[in-house]
Amino acid sequence: MIRPDLLLKPTPKGLYCPPGDFYIDPVRGAVDRAVVTHGHADHARAGHDHVLATPETLAIMASRYGEDFAGTTQALEYGEAVEVNGVTVWFSPAGHVLGSAQAVVEWKGLRMVCTGDYKRRRDPTCQAFEPVPETHVFISEATFGLPVFKHPETEGEIAKLLDSVEMLPERTHLVGVYALGKAQRVIKHLREAGYDETLYIHGALEKLCELYEDHGVELGPLAPATLETSERGAQERFRGKIVLGPPSSFHDKWGRRFPDPLPCFASGWMRIRQRAKQSGVELPLIISDHADWDELTDTVREVDPEELWITHGREDALVRWAELEGRKARPLRLVGYEEEDT
Amino acid sequence: MQAFSDLLERLILTPSRNGKIALLVNYFSTQDTPARGWALAVLTGELDLPAVKAGTIRKLVEARTDHELFRLSYDYVGDLAETASLIWPGSHGANRTPPIEDVVETLLGATRAEGEKLVAGWLDQLDPKGRWALIKMVTGGLRIGVSARLTKVALAEMGGIAPAEIEEIWHGLEAPYESLFDWLEGKADKPSPDIAAPYRPVMLAHPLVTKDKRDDPDAIDPAMIDPAVFAAEWKYDGIRVQAVSEKGTRRIYTRTGDDISHTFPDVLAGMDFEAAIDGELLIRAPNGEVAPFNELQQRLNRKTVTKKQMETRPAFIRAYDLLVEGDEDLRPLPFRERRRRLEGFVGRLASERIDLSPLVPITTLEALEEARNRPPAPEIEGLMLKRWDSVYQAGRPTGPWYKWKQDPFLVDAVLLYAQRGHGRRSSFHSDFTFGVWRAGEESDELTPVGKAYFGFTDEELKQLDKFVRENTIDRFGPVRAVTATADKGLVLEIAFEGLQRSPRHKSGLAMRFPRINRIRWDKPAGEADRLETLQKLLPADPLTEG
Repeated sequence: MIRPDLLLKPTPKGLYCPPGDFYIDPVRGAVDRAVVTHGHADHARAGHDHVLATPETLAIMASRYGEDFAGTTQALEYGEAVEVNGVTVWFSPAGHVLGSAQAVVEWKGLRMVCTGDYKRRRDPTCQAFEPVPETHVFISEATFGLPVFKHPETEGEIAKLLDSVEMLPERTHLVGVYALGKAQRVIKHLREAGYDETLYIHGALEKLCELYEDHGVELGPLAPATLETSERGAQERFRGKIVLGPPSSFHDKWGRRFPDPLPCFASGWMRIRQRAKQSGVELPLIISDHADWDELTDTVREVDPEELWITHGREDALVRWAELEGRKARPLRLVGYEEEDT
Repeated sequence: MQAFSDLLERLILTPSRNGKIALLVNYFSTQDTPARGWALAVLTGELDLPAVKAGTIRKLVEARTDHELFRLSYDYVGDLAETASLIWPGSHGANRTPPIEDVVETLLGATRAEGEKLVAGWLDQLDPKGRWALIKMVTGGLRIGVSARLTKVALAEMGGIAPAEIEEIWHGLEAPYESLFDWLEGKADKPSPDIAAPYRPVMLAHPLVTKDKRDDPDAIDPAMIDPAVFAAEWKYDGIRVQAVSEKGTRRIYTRTGDDISHTFPDVLAGMDFEAAIDGELLIRAPNGEVAPFNELQQRLNRKTVTKKQMETRPAFIRAYDLLVEGDEDLRPLPFRERRRRLEGFVGRLASERIDLSPLVPITTLEALEEARNRPPAPEIEGLMLKRWDSVYQAGRPTGPWYKWKQDPFLVDAVLLYAQRGHGRRSSFHSDFTFGVWRAGEESDELTPVGKAYFGFTDEELKQLDKFVRENTIDRFGPVRAVTATADKGLVLEIAFEGLQRSPRHKSGLAMRFPRINRIRWDKPAGEADRLETLQKLLPADPLTEG
């Protein structure tokens, strides 16, 4: 077997494949050839000459950056393979957001799988993670790579929000959600829990919600959370309602205009109370699109690779865990992926 | 435990003071005694469960997790209870919640070995939130943004009375506070604790700060007061105490009502009177003057005190005020009258353990300002201004009393290390070690002179944290070393209250109360201050000058 770092190696621009001459989720500057695992901005950047991704990820990039976000693009369905300069590349679902994929790279009998971001629990808005058998090197994300991160059941967190809305009908529940993935997932879970009232969304969420609907994810009645200031008392209609938007918007003027706002935030970071407190969140909802500690370690056991590489997140703890399990592990220390899944 | 853990979680996440009070009032009004009484003891820090310590929790967790994974998690989370509650290997489906009174009452009667077993058993049964509340409760030190004072304010609101009424009887009450709740709910009369020589709630002062110096939002500009209606006296650098001697019982309380009598038997022996005095606890230096605060610190927080400590560091009280004389409560009298009574009282006493805080006989703002910055002794922090007509009120009323501290010393230092904070700052680097220049073997080098945790706004903290992340050159666990050279480095203007010699520090000095006054983004690191500048501020070496 050839040495894995001949096929993929960490560089300042991101994970690079020398024989295929492409990068996976390049983090710094434009490159000739990029393989993009999913549409979040720190993984999918604009300006590359050529982008290979799932059709959904390409659609998300076009929606965010405009149609000309790359020189040329190539759509690749899950399970379909292409040759890139003699290297075989294919995608397996990652269960992170719509279109998210693990990038599988094969060369001279060596199979390496780069998870991008992933999770294992149910998400009604995207295809579930599928482990790739016979993986030699598994390159795992580690956003929540500490044993303190164990996300509770999503249904319970959604119930927490709905209970609060029922108990405090005089307040506007402002739910902080990342515009891609988290927003649509929280909406879909609310619908599954039987909440069929109109949900009010910040402008930053509109295009992506439409895109999800176009891909067959029904989100129910949505309306813009716009306030016509000319009309006195117009904001009163939001009392007792749920408003969704990027968490950053709640601290500025936009968020403060709602009647008696109650800041909520749907994120895996909400597991840490002090972190919730420090970001001014009064109702933390522990809902994450990343694997928690148990999902990360269970997945490594399930895939059972010969070697585990760990990237973006809390690498040290997963390396330690692997050591205790008698597994070969190495931290990649790639810089450039966001620490927050806000 | 369920209602209590819900309360703790909601308290920590509710930013507004009124919101917290509402939560507390709601909890105390809806829960029963003794559950709410034990909860009250936990919230006010009065509950001591000797059977369990923070070390017990640590030991239990470390026996169940890998020490390295625990360390990494604790570094990240920054709070033992939170880390332990999350990392604890919970058994699926087990979620039985023991009532709070069972937990407390069982632990009160338990040995340490039993305590350990009990806690482990409960931790296995609870969910992460319950575990968190249990650990907070049994180890004390809640850190949930609720002070004992705020809790008492909530109790007062519940009973429709003034908070001072609660403070007054508080130290005679005992958990689970049945008589207190009965009174608050109108089922019984006000409890009259039969404690001898009780504590009287202390009167505090607002700071005076010149407008251009940002600091305390409650601070008042000295230009706004009329010095003619105020008495002035020195503000000494000791600890504020209340010395009470009544019907054969003698006690010394801190300003929050903690009884520290056992630590100061020398002072107690000199309290041969029937009265309650408000004053400053100080140490007398061999030359008869007031010794530096450091000397007093050597005697604080000790369970026992040796004869030698009392001989080398004799303590005394410098009296500021007379609250009770004989059977007479003087607190409703104006300060002018209390002062007259105090002077007579201390004069008659002739005790070497009690002397009189002298008045500073000046009445113009300019002269006061001058006196404040040039006090006659280094152990004076500034001035106290008290209205001649002020009655002695509990709490910190606005208007009658002010403290006017000396301007702090300032030094420009260079940021060297930053450490991740704890609690609500756990995702920021918020503990900053800084240094000044001194001659090294080949060229000038930076030597650490102190560490600051505050003085900055939330916005500045974000900027500092960003600087640290972008300029990290090395990492040791939660500590990062940042670039600090003559041309590349961040200058921090540090304010501090004084300097002391310290053989424990490489620089040979220790700062008192350092904080970041300003971030000097504009100043080149090479122009920061030198160690010699600080050395000039050091008091004379007591060893060389006897």
